[in-house]
Amino acid sequence: MRRIQMTVDGRAHVAEVEPRLLLLHHLRENLGIGGVHTGCNTTSCGACTVHIDGESVKSCTVLAVQADGHEVTTVRGIMENGLWHPMQQAFHEAHGLQCGYCTPGMIMASISLLKENPDATEQEIREGLEGNLCRCTGYENIVKAVQLVQQHTNGQPA
Amino acid sequence: MTQAPERYIGGGVPRKEDPALVTGRANWTDNIKLPGMLHVSLLRSPYAHAKITSIDVSAAREQPGVVAAFTGDDLAEDWDKNPQANPAAVTGYGMSLDQRVRQAQEGGESSVTDTPETTGEQPVDEKTRTFVSWIPTDDTKIPNHWPVARDEVNYAGDIVAVVVATDRYKAQDALEFIEVDYEPMEPVVDVEAAVADGAPLVHEDIGTNESFTWTLATGDIDDAFNRADVTIKERYLQQRLIPNAIETRGVVANPDAITGGYTVYSSTQIPHILKYVLAVYCDVPEQQLRVVAPDVGGGFGSKLNVYAEEVIALVLARKLGVPIKWIEDRSENYLATIHGRGQVQDIELAATSEGKILGMRVNLLADMGAYLMLDGPGIPILGAFVYPGVYTFDAYDFSVTGVFTNMTPTDAYRGAGRPEACFAIERIIEALAREVGLDPVEVRRRNFYEPFDEPTDTPAGIQYDSMNMPMVLDRVLELADYEGLLEEQRRRRESGDPVQLGIGFSTYTEICGLAPSQVLAGLRTGGSGWETAKVQMLASGKVEVITGTSPHGQGHVTSWSQIAADALGVDVNDVEILHGDTALSPYGRDTYGSRSLPVGGVSVHLAAQQVVDKARKISAHMLEAAEGDMEFEGGRFSVAGSPDQNVTIQDVAAAAYMNYDLPEGMEPVLSEEVFWDPPNFTFPFGAHICVTEVDTETGFVKIRDYFGVDDCGPVINPIIVDGQLHGGIAQGVAQALYEEAIYDEEGNLTTGSMVDYLIPGAPELPKYTLERTVTPSPTNVMGVKGVGEAGTIGAPPAVINSVVDALSPYGITHIDMPASPWKVWQAIQDAQGQEAGTRDADLSGRPSQAADSTDTEGGTDS
Repeated sequence: MRRIQMTVDGRAHVAEVEPRLLLLHHLRENLGIGGVHTGCNTTSCGACTVHIDGESVKSCTVLAVQADGHEVTTVRGIMENGLWHPMQQAFHEAHGLQCGYCTPGMIMASISLLKENPDATEQEIREGLEGNLCRCTGYENIVKAVQLVQQHTNGQPA
Repeated sequence: MTQAPERYIGGGVPRKEDPALVTGRANWTDNIKLPGMLHVSLLRSPYAHAKITSIDVSAAREQPGVVAAFTGDDLAEDWDKNPQANPAAVTGYGMSLDQRVRQAQEGGESSVTDTPETTGEQPVDEKTRTFVSWIPTDDTKIPNHWPVARDEVNYAGDIVAVVVATDRYKAQDALEFIEVDYEPMEPVVDVEAAVADGAPLVHEDIGTNESFTWTLATGDIDDAFNRADVTIKERYLQQRLIPNAIETRGVVANPDAITGGYTVYSSTQIPHILKYVLAVYCDVPEQQLRVVAPDVGGGFGSKLNVYAEEVIALVLARKLGVPIKWIEDRSENYLATIHGRGQVQDIELAATSEGKILGMRVNLLADMGAYLMLDGPGIPILGAFVYPGVYTFDAYDFSVTGVFTNMTPTDAYRGAGRPEACFAIERIIEALAREVGLDPVEVRRRNFYEPFDEPTDTPAGIQYDSMNMPMVLDRVLELADYEGLLEEQRRRRESGDPVQLGIGFSTYTEICGLAPSQVLAGLRTGGSGWETAKVQMLASGKVEVITGTSPHGQGHVTSWSQIAADALGVDVNDVEILHGDTALSPYGRDTYGSRSLPVGGVSVHLAAQQVVDKARKISAHMLEAAEGDMEFEGGRFSVAGSPDQNVTIQDVAAAAYMNYDLPEGMEPVLSEEVFWDPPNFTFPFGAHICVTEVDTETGFVKIRDYFGVDDCGPVINPIIVDGQLHGGIAQGVAQALYEEAIYDEEGNLTTGSMVDYLIPGAPELPKYTLERTVTPSPTNVMGVKGVGEAGTIGAPPAVINSVVDALSPYGITHIDMPASPWKVWQAIQDAQGQEAGTRDADLSGRPSQAADSTDTEGGTDS
C-alpha cells in the first residue's frame, strides 16, 4: 500500500492505496466521485476524462499513485460561484447529450481542447474529440456545443 | 402561481434531464453503494464450444477478501427455490414454457418435440431454463440456458463460475485460482455452415441447429414471378453488430430487511419486464420484488433483455443475505451482452419491364447465437413486415430460419429487424432500376403508395397508418440539389477524377409504437403492448406524472412534461416525471421499439385530459355554473361569457385535495390513471440522400453530405427529435462503413475491444442536413409516430447505394457492409481484373459472394 495525497476538485485527500489502483477507481470508489464514469478501463472511450494539473487525461490510463501530489479536476469541480461552466451550459443548450454517460468526459475533453486551440475549426474540434466516444448523439450537437462556447468567448478576454 | 403562456408541444424546451448529467450528479447503477455490499466477478469460457470435464473453485475461496465461489452445479438448486410450486421454466413474461407446451399439445395440431416432459415433479436438472419470451412456432427448439453453465459451454463468454468478494479487484484476482478442464468441441461459427448437412451441433440434445422456421405469405407469389418481365435475385449479408452502450450493464441486488423481499437495481431498459421474469425465473414472489432502473447510460436494445448476471445477483443476494453488485467490464460487454443483426438475406423481385414490382420472395437465415434471448427469435419477424418497404405490390413470400451458432446470442439492436429489411428492399430496388434502365428515383416513384392518411393494406398483411412518399422524396431532392449533384458526378466521371462522387438514396418506413397486444399475441411474442400513465395534481397545484416507459437518453422527462403541461395548462417546470421504479409505477411496458411516445406519451396525454375533465366538473361546482358553460384555457376555468368568474386548475386541485365541498358523490383529489393499448402500430417514413466521395486509389469513403427529410408526425420537442435522428443515422453509417463483429474459426471474437471494433468517433461522422414534414398518424389522438430508430433504419442503404453509385462506372453493383477501404479497393481491383478478362464473369459485381467466406474467416479487412 502506498500513501498518496492529491487535491481533487479543490479538496485535499490523503489515502492508502494499492500501487495498481487506477486513478479512475480511486476517484470513484475511495473518494465517491460518481461523476467520473467508467466506460472501458482501457483508454478507449474517454468517459473517465479528468484534468490533472489542467491537462486532459483519461483517468483509467493513470494509476492513482501517479497522481500523487497533483491537482485533479473532475466535472464536479468546474462550476464557479455556483454557476455552470460555459461548457456545461453549452452542452445543455446545444442538446449535446442524450443518455449523458459520455458527457462528463466529453465536457472535460472539450474544455481542454479549447484551452489548447481556442479557434479550432469544426474539423479540428472533431479530431480533438476523437478519443471520446458517444453512442447517442452522432456528435453533431457536441460539436455545436463546443462552437457555442467559442462564440460566447469571442471578443472576450481569455 | 405559474401559468403557461403558450403551448410547449412543438417547442424546443431545453432538457430537464441535463442538470444532473452535465454536473456529474447522475445516479448510475455503478454509483450505488450499500452497506455490506459484496462484489461479483464471473469466470467466462474461453472456448466457443466445450465440455466442462472438471471445475474446482476451492482455491478461489481461499483468496483474500473472497466470501464465496460457486460453480454452475453449486447453484443449480438456487434458481428453483421451490420447484414444485412454480414452473421453473420461464419463457419470459406472460406464460411459462410448461404452460405454452401444454397449450400447444392441447391444441392438437402441433407436434412438440424435443421439449421436456412437463408433468409431474421433475428433477431440477430436466427442466428447460430459458430467457426467451418470443417463441415463433409451436415446434421452436429451445435450448437449456443456465445462468452459470454446468456441463457444456456454448460460446466464448458463457459463464462457468462466480466469485463473491469484498471488492472488485479481489473478486477479479480470485478468478485466476479457478481450475477448469475443458474438452473442446467443434464450434459452429457461420450461419450457413450451421445448417449444412453434417454440421456440428451447438446443442446435441436438440438434434439440429435450426431453432425454428417462420413464414408469411400473401397473394399468389408463383403467378407474380410467372408474369414478370424481369426477375432479380440478390444476396445481402447483415454483419453482426455490437451495441456498445457507453455505460456497460450492471446490477445491484439488495435484500430488503423490512419486507423480506428484494430490490434489484439494473442498468436496464425494461424494469417492469425484468421484474416479472426475475420473479418467475428465481422463484421470488413478484410482490416482494422491486426493480429500479436508475440513470441508464444508453441501451440501443442491448438492455432490452433479461441476463444471466441479473439472475445471479438476485440469487446470490438471497443465498448470502447481503447486497450483491456486478458491473460489466467492457470486454465482457463485447462477449456477453447481446449482438445485433447477423442475417443472410436472399431476396428476389418479380417486376415488369416498366419497373413495377409484382412480387417479392425473402428467405433469411437468422443467427440466434448460442441461446435464445428474450426477443431474439422475433427480431427477423419484426423485419418481415417491412421488407415491402414503401412500395405496394400484390404477392409476398417470406421465410426465416433461426439458427444456433457458437457465438454470442443475438437480439434487438437499434432498429431490430427493420434496418435489415430496409437495407434489402432499398438495395434490390436499385438493382431493379439498373435492370430496367431507370433512374433510381423514378423506379421508386413508380412503386410508391399514393399518399394516404387512413390505414392502408400492405403486401405484408398489415396496415400502414399514413404515408406521403412523393412529398418527402421531392423535398430531399431539392435539399440535396440532385440535379447539381448529377452534374458534378458526370464531370468527375468524364475527367477520370480518382475521387468519384456517389449519390445514394433510401426511402424507408419503419414500424413504431409497439404494440397492439392482440397483434403481439398473434405473433406469439409472449408480451403485451399497452402503456400506462398516471397524472396527479398535488395539494400545492404541482403535477406528478408516473409513466411506465423507462428512458435511457430519450428525454422522456422533458417530452412528457411538455405533454402534461400543455394538457393541464401549467408551467412545464411544475411537472415532475417519475419513472423506472416498479415501486413507483407497478405497471409499465418499458422502452424499446420506438414505442415510448406513440404509446406512453399518448397515455400521458389521455390521463391529463381525464384530470382536466374532472377538474372541469369541480370548477363548475366552485363557480356555481353549469359544467357545459365552463371554458378551459391556459390552466384557467372560466364561465362562458363571464370571464371574471374563474378558477385556476391549481385552485381546483387544492379544492379536490381538501374535499370540503366537491360535487355530490365525487371522490377527492385530481389523480387519473390510464392504460392504453394502441389499435395499430405507427409508421414514420422518410427519404435520405447520402453523398459520398470515394477515393478509387485507396478505397476510402468519405460522407460529404447527408440529407434527410423525415416524417414522424407531429413533433413534441424538435431538439430531441433531431438528436434521435443524428444518433440513429450515426449508428446506421457505422453499420454501413465501420462496424463488424468478427469471429475466427475457433469461435473467438477477434473484435472484442474498442480498439478492434471500430465505433466511429467525431471525425468519422458527417454533418446532417435534416428537414421534416408532418403527416399525423390516425393511430392515436396526438397523431405522433415515434422516431428512435428511423435514422438507423434509413441510413445503411443510403450509404451503400451511394458507394456503389460512385463505383458504378467500374461495373460494381454491390459492396458488403461494412464498406471498409480494403473492401472497396478490392472490389475495384476485382472489377478491373474482370474487365481485363482475368476474372470469371460470374463474379460480376458480386464481391459479397466472392469474398464472403474469406471475410468471415480471415477478417482481413478490419
